[in-house]
Amino acid sequence: MIHVSTKINGDDVEFLCDPRETLLDTLRDKLGLTGSKEGCGTGDCGACSVTMDGRLVCSCLVLGAEADGKEIETVEGIADGENLHLLQEKFIEHAALQCGICTPGILVATKSLLEKHPDPTETQVRYWLAGNLCRCTGYDKIIRAVMETAADLRKAS
Amino acid sequence: MAFDDVKTDNFKVVGQRVKRPDGIDKVTGKAKFGADVVAPGMLFAAIVRSPHAHARIVKIDTTKAAALKGVKGFVTRADFATGLKGGNLDVLENVMAGEKALYDGHAVAAVAATSALIARDAAKLVEVEYEILPHVTDVDKAMLADAPVIREGAADKSVPEGLHPNVVRYHESGHGDVEAGFAAADLVVEDSFLTEATHQGYIEPHACLAQLGKDNKGELWCCTQGHWNVQKLCAEMLGMETSQLRVTASEIGGGFGGKTAVFIEPVALALARKTNRPVKLVMSRSEVFRATGPTSSTSMDVKIGMTKDGIITAGEGTFRLQGGAFPGAPMEFTAMCAFAPYNLENVKQVGYDVLANRPKQAAYRAPGSPMAAFAVESVIDELCKKLDLDPIEVRLKNASKQGTKASFGPTWDRIGLVETLEAAQTHPHYAAPLKEGQGRGVSCGFWFNHGGETSVTLALSEDGTAQLSVGTPDIGGSRASMAQMAAEELGIPYDSVRATVADTATLGYNEVSHGSRVTYASGLATIKAARAAVKILCARAAAKWGIDEDAVVWEDGCAKPSGPNAGDFDPLPIEKLTRSMGRTGGPIVGHFEATPEGAGVSFATHIVDAEVDKETGQTKIVRYTVVQDAGKAINPTYVEGQFQGGAAQGIGWALNEEYIYGEDGRLQNAVFLDYRIPVASDLPMIDTVIVEVPNPGHPYGVRGVGETSICPPLAAIANAVSSAAGVRLKQLPMSPPRILAALDKQANG
Repeated sequence: MIHVSTKINGDDVEFLCDPRETLLDTLRDKLGLTGSKEGCGTGDCGACSVTMDGRLVCSCLVLGAEADGKEIETVEGIADGENLHLLQEKFIEHAALQCGICTPGILVATKSLLEKHPDPTETQVRYWLAGNLCRCTGYDKIIRAVMETAADLRKAS
Repeated sequence: MAFDDVKTDNFKVVGQRVKRPDGIDKVTGKAKFGADVVAPGMLFAAIVRSPHAHARIVKIDTTKAAALKGVKGFVTRADFATGLKGGNLDVLENVMAGEKALYDGHAVAAVAATSALIARDAAKLVEVEYEILPHVTDVDKAMLADAPVIREGAADKSVPEGLHPNVVRYHESGHGDVEAGFAAADLVVEDSFLTEATHQGYIEPHACLAQLGKDNKGELWCCTQGHWNVQKLCAEMLGMETSQLRVTASEIGGGFGGKTAVFIEPVALALARKTNRPVKLVMSRSEVFRATGPTSSTSMDVKIGMTKDGIITAGEGTFRLQGGAFPGAPMEFTAMCAFAPYNLENVKQVGYDVLANRPKQAAYRAPGSPMAAFAVESVIDELCKKLDLDPIEVRLKNASKQGTKASFGPTWDRIGLVETLEAAQTHPHYAAPLKEGQGRGVSCGFWFNHGGETSVTLALSEDGTAQLSVGTPDIGGSRASMAQMAAEELGIPYDSVRATVADTATLGYNEVSHGSRVTYASGLATIKAARAAVKILCARAAAKWGIDEDAVVWEDGCAKPSGPNAGDFDPLPIEKLTRSMGRTGGPIVGHFEATPEGAGVSFATHIVDAEVDKETGQTKIVRYTVVQDAGKAINPTYVEGQFQGGAAQGIGWALNEEYIYGEDGRLQNAVFLDYRIPVASDLPMIDTVIVEVPNPGHPYGVRGVGETSICPPLAAIANAVSSAAGVRLKQLPMSPPRILAALDKQANG
C-alpha cells in the first residue's frame, strides 16, 4: 500500500492505496466522491474527467498514487457552497442532460475549456468535448448551454 | 380507452419548459447511480466469462482462486434455481451458462472478494475447461444447412418445416395480392440490405448492490429501466418468493432498451446469499459490449412497385434477424413497421428469428423498426429517383391516415404522419441549396408506442403540496413531466409536486420504462391519481358546506360551488382542505392502477444533408431536421431532447457503429475507442419540429416520443449518402471502407 497526501477540491486528504488502483477508484471507493463516473475505464468516454494541477485528465488513466502532492478538482468542487456555478445553472436551464451520467465529466471538461478559452467557437467547443461521450442528447443542448455560459461569463467579467 | 374530452388547450403548467427536479443533484455529482450505492461490509464481485463463441463447459476449478487472500465465495450455475422453463430458462441461461457457453463473453462463474481488485484477480485464476464447438455469428450463414445447431429444439410452432433449427420463430402478415400489385406497377425495384448489430451504448455500465439471507429475504439496488421486472426475474432465478425481494431503482445512466433485461443482478444476489454479505457488482465496458445489449443484425430483401405518378402498387419484404443465442429477435416488429407509414392495397412481410453465437439481443429504441425503414425507404428513394419524383410528394400520396388499414392489420385511429410530411415539406431545410459533394435524404419512420401495467400514488401533504410516487424509472426527465401533469390537475405550482420513482415495496406492479410508455402511461395514471385526490378534496369541501358532492368543482387549486344554485361559499384552497384532513376523514391520497391500452402510435419524417469525401469515404452530416408527432408535448424541451438523441444514435448506427466478429467468433471491438459512437465534433446542431396531433387515448393527447426518433435516420442518411456518393449504399454502417468499396464497384463494374 502506498501512502498518498493530496489536495482535493481544496481539502487536504490522505489515503493508502494499492499501486494498481486508479485515481477514479480512489475517489469513488475510498473517498466517497462518486460524482466522477466510470463509463469505460479506458480513457474513451470522459465521464471520469477531473483536473490535476489544472490539467484536464481522465481519472481512470491516472493512478491514485500519482495524486501525491497534486491538487485535484472534481465535479464536487465546481459549485461554491449553495451557489451553483453558472455552467451548472445553464445545464439545468437548457436541459443539457437527460440521464446525467456524462454530466460531471462534461462540466469538469467545459469549466477547464472556459478557463483557457473564454470565447470559444462552436467548433472549438465540439472538438474540446469530443473526448466526453454523451449518448442521450446528441450534444445540441450541451453546446448551446456551453456557448451561452461562455457569453454570460464574458459579459460578467 | 378513448377520451372524448381530450384537453388540448388552456394548460397552465403542461407545455412549460420547467427545470427538472433532479437537476441540482445531477450537476453537482450528488445523484446516486447504480455504481454509487454502498452498504456496510460489502464485498465486490467479478464474473468469469467464456472466451469462446461456442463451447461445452467440461469443468470449473476454483481451487487456485479460492486460495487468494480476501476471496469469500463463488457461484456457478449450480447456485441458481432449477426447473425453469421457456423465457425464464433463457434468461437464466444467459445470466449464467449451464452446459454450454453460447457466445464470447457468456458468464460461466462469479466470485466475491473484499476488494474489486482481488475479485478481478480471482476471476482470472478460475480454471475453466472447455470443449470448443463450431460456431456461427452471421445471420445468413446461421440459416444454411451446414450451420452448427446452437440450441436443439429451440424453434416454436410458427416455423415452417424444412428450415434450419437455428430459425426459431417465423412471422407473416399483410393483405391483398402483391403479385397483382407488381404487375400493375410502371416500375418495380427489388434489392437486398444488411445491417450490423449495434449497442445501445448507455454510458453507465450495469451495476447493482445485493443483499440476501438464507431466509430468502433480500434487497437489491440497481440501475434498471424496470425494477418490478428485475424483482420478478431475480426471484425466479434465485428460487425465492417475489414479494421477499425489495428492489430500488437507482438513477439510471441511460438504457435505450438495454436495461430492460437482467444480467448481473441474479449473480450478485446469489453471491450475497452464499457469503451472507452485501455484494456489489459493476460491469466493465468490455463486459457491457460482450454480454449485454446489442441489437439484432439483419439481412433483408425488399420489393416495391410504383406507378409513374408515384402511387405504390405493392410492397413485399423479407426480414431475417439474428438475435444471439436465444429466441427473441424482434423480427415481427421489423416486419410490422416496414410498410406502416403507407396506405397499401397489396403488402406482404415475412420475418425470421435466427439464433447465432452472439449475446442475446436486447431492445434498442424502437426495436426492429429502424432496420425496416432503412430497407423500405431506400427502395422508395430509388423509385423516386428513377421516376424523377419528389420524395416527400410521393410519401404524401401514399401516406397512412385515420381510417387506413395498416400493413399489419389494424385500422389507424387519428395519426399524424401527413402533418409531419407537410411540416417537413415547408421547412426551410427542404428548400435549402446543397453544395458540391452533398446529398439530401428523406425518410419516414413509425413506432407502435405502448401502454403497459402501471401504478401511481399521489399523496397530499398538510400544506397542500403533493408527493407523487411513480414506478417507471426516469431516464430522460420524466419526473418533471409527471409533476407537470399532477400540478395541472391539482391547480398548484409545478414546484409544489415532488415526483419520486418508488421502490417495489411501495406501489403495485409497473412495467419497465420501455415502448415510449412513460409519459403516456405513467402520465395518464398520474392524471387519474390526481383526479382521484381532487374528488376527495371536493367531497371534503361539500361536507364542510353541507352541499352535494356533485355541486362542487375544482378550479385553480380551490374547491368552489359549481354554480349559484349550489350555494354561496368562498372558494376553499387546497391547503385549507389538507390542513384539516386528519379531522375531516383522514389522509387524502389518490391512486391509479391499470393497463392503459390507448398509446397512440407515432410517425416522424427526417431530412438530412450529408457530405461524402469520395477520396477517403468519410461522411459528414451537415444538416439534420427531425419532424415528429408528439401528440402533446408536456415539456417541449425534453421532447426536443428525445428527438435529437434518437437522431444522433441513428447517425452512429448509419455511419460508424457495428459489432465486428473475428473468424474465431470473438468480438473484436469491445471498447469505446473501437466501437465509435458519435462525439460532439461529429455532429451538427439537430433542428426539431414538434407536431401535435392529439392521441385520443390520453387525457391530454400525449403520444410517446422516445423511440420513433431513431426509426428514420438510418434510411434518411443512406438516401443522403447515396445521393452524395452517386451510388446506392445497401449495407450499414456506411463506414469509409464500405463507401469506397461501393464507389470502386460502380467504377469498375
